Amino acid sequence: MNVTVYLPGDAVALALGADAVAAALTTQAAQHGLAMHLVRTGSRGLFWLEPLLEVATPQGRVAYGPVAVDDLPGLFAARFWTGAAHPKCLGLTEAIPYLARQQRLTLRRIGVVAPHSLADYLAQGGGAGLAQARSMAPAEIVRRITDSGLRGRGGAAFPTGIKWQTVRDAPAGQKYIVCNADEGDSGTFADRLLMEGDPFCLLEGMAIAGLAVGATQGYLYVRSEYPHAITALQTARDAVGAWLGDFQIEVRKAAGSYVCGEETALLESLEGRRGVVRAKPPLPAIAGLFGQPTVVNNVITLACVPDILARGAAFYQALGFGRSRGTLPVQLAGNIRYGGLVEVPFGLTLRQLLYDYGGGSRSGRPLRAVQVGGPLGAYLPEAQFDTRLDYESFAAIGASLGHGGIVAFDDTVDMAVQARFAMAFCALESCGKCTPCRVGSQRGVELIDQIRGGDATSLDLLRTLCDTMIHTSLCAMGGMAPLPVLSIIHHFPEDFR
Amino acid sequence: MDTATLNTLFAKHRHQSGALLPILHDIQDAMGYVPEKVVPLVAQELNLSRAEVQGVIAYYHDFRQTPPGRHTVRVCRAGACQAVGGEALAAHAADRLKGSDLTLEPVYCLGLCATGPAIQIDATTLHAQVTPEKLDTLIQSLENDR
Repeated sequence: MNVTVYLPGDAVALALGADAVAAALTTQAAQHGLAMHLVRTGSRGLFWLEPLLEVATPQGRVAYGPVAVDDLPGLFAARFWTGAAHPKCLGLTEAIPYLARQQRLTLRRIGVVAPHSLADYLAQGGGAGLAQARSMAPAEIVRRITDSGLRGRGGAAFPTGIKWQTVRDAPAGQKYIVCNADEGDSGTFADRLLMEGDPFCLLEGMAIAGLAVGATQGYLYVRSEYPHAITALQTARDAVGAWLGDFQIEVRKAAGSYVCGEETALLESLEGRRGVVRAKPPLPAIAGLFGQPTVVNNVITLACVPDILARGAAFYQALGFGRSRGTLPVQLAGNIRYGGLVEVPFGLTLRQLLYDYGGGSRSGRPLRAVQVGGPLGAYLPEAQFDTRLDYESFAAIGASLGHGGIVAFDDTVDMAVQARFAMAFCALESCGKCTPCRVGSQRGVELIDQIRGGDATSLDLLRTLCDTMIHTSLCAMGGMAPLPVLSIIHHFPEDFR
Repeated sequence: MDTATLNTLFAKHRHQSGALLPILHDIQDAMGYVPEKVVPLVAQELNLSRAEVQGVIAYYHDFRQTPPGRHTVRVCRAGACQAVGGEALAAHAADRLKGSDLTLEPVYCLGLCATGPAIQIDATTLHAQVTPEKLDTLIQSLENDR
């Protein structure tokens, strides 16, 4: 009989041995005389279950995980290809509670489609947004994005429609669409999951942006730490044929600079220079790449676009909380039992995510702090776990939601060490253009060392330094690096004694 | 890298705007590093000063100007891996690789943040949930591979 089996080729699955499982599967299927079609997909984002093996059955896909090479003889003996019972059987994939309780929208195809197959993408509903956009006037496309309430998912949460309108209104012979795929924040991997698992969705979003603003050239700037994402994107880009019309996309590999995730530094890097931040104004929407009007959007922002075009602004607007509309791909990371991707409408509390989805710490010890929004995000104590995940609720407590990454720490963490790391990382990655960031971060490291050495008087100076960096740095790097430090001084002062 | 190879490489990038990073990546992929002697040639190709090319090589963590060890081991030092023992793993790796002909480097996030601590070996090999014992085994197999 013919059976179709799915196994992720995503970076997490590979890091947990998926290639060895794939090789053994193929060998053993042949030994059993089984005509097996093995499809390497992206990851569903349930990482504690990786490598997650799925098999197509008349009832839907049935999952087994986590699967090691040693499990395979038993799985074959149980005739897993029929969806049969086995200690590693998780039932229907879509019914796994962690997944069933989510509202997978933007990332609904990850783990489902074969990432290299345009035909698969189109068969799973892809392409409808681009088809719709082609039947609309550019101004209507922009209006639909504005009406949807979509805000930039990279961290700044700027209304996407307004950015597009600015580029559309700017007169120029050449405009550009730049996708910021420099997902450098620790604790975030939603961009990576999408690029590896559903790359055509991102390409479609970029092409729609091109139609909306009048750009025919797109750049995808991807961090070099994501080699598998780069390959997936290049493979997809080479497979589009005439699907994207005259819209051209070049995949560019970054070179290991964190600050190149800042949009103006990214543009400098794309132009072939050091990734040094530009002063704003002018905004990239007016004078961006090579001095031309440029849309710079995050991966997830662009990946949201096809659905908004296909299903309408009202559909997207109806999801979410307050001024944060739509869904947010939350990433549970660090010391967490069930880490992975949780795509839900804005508005859940941190506590729901950490315990109802995350299952508490991986170590089994109490959670003491979580850092939300990458290395420049605030650390929140247990007392703030009832904060809702939306941009305004986080801003109200002096924190930032950023790209939706949540890094959990248990009670063994030394928060003074984490404060030092915030400043040390800023010192390491500062582009050096402005003094508060370049010098301030280094002074910050030294002050924290003095405080940890017993000099309590340096604490006031550290606060003043943080204040200076926040208000006088050129970009968010120096402007936000003090946030984790201040949050630690405020919520975990005992660690500084 | 001889002049003919370099010229072929340059020709491949002539259609690109701002091609310095792609060119440097290609040189490093071929040679393992960016030798000092190619700097003036790259500068000439792109109509840049040598200082501009040198400045870019020095700015980005990825580019190296001396040959690396036989293999490169990168241990993630970012926040999510710190939360699950990444710093202890990094310290263990530094001890273990003292005097080794393998290169140890930090990396700030491989996107494996829920399955840390994570490491990368050479360009594309990833390992998650790496304990010191697992790291020793991996390093041993790299050392045996001669």
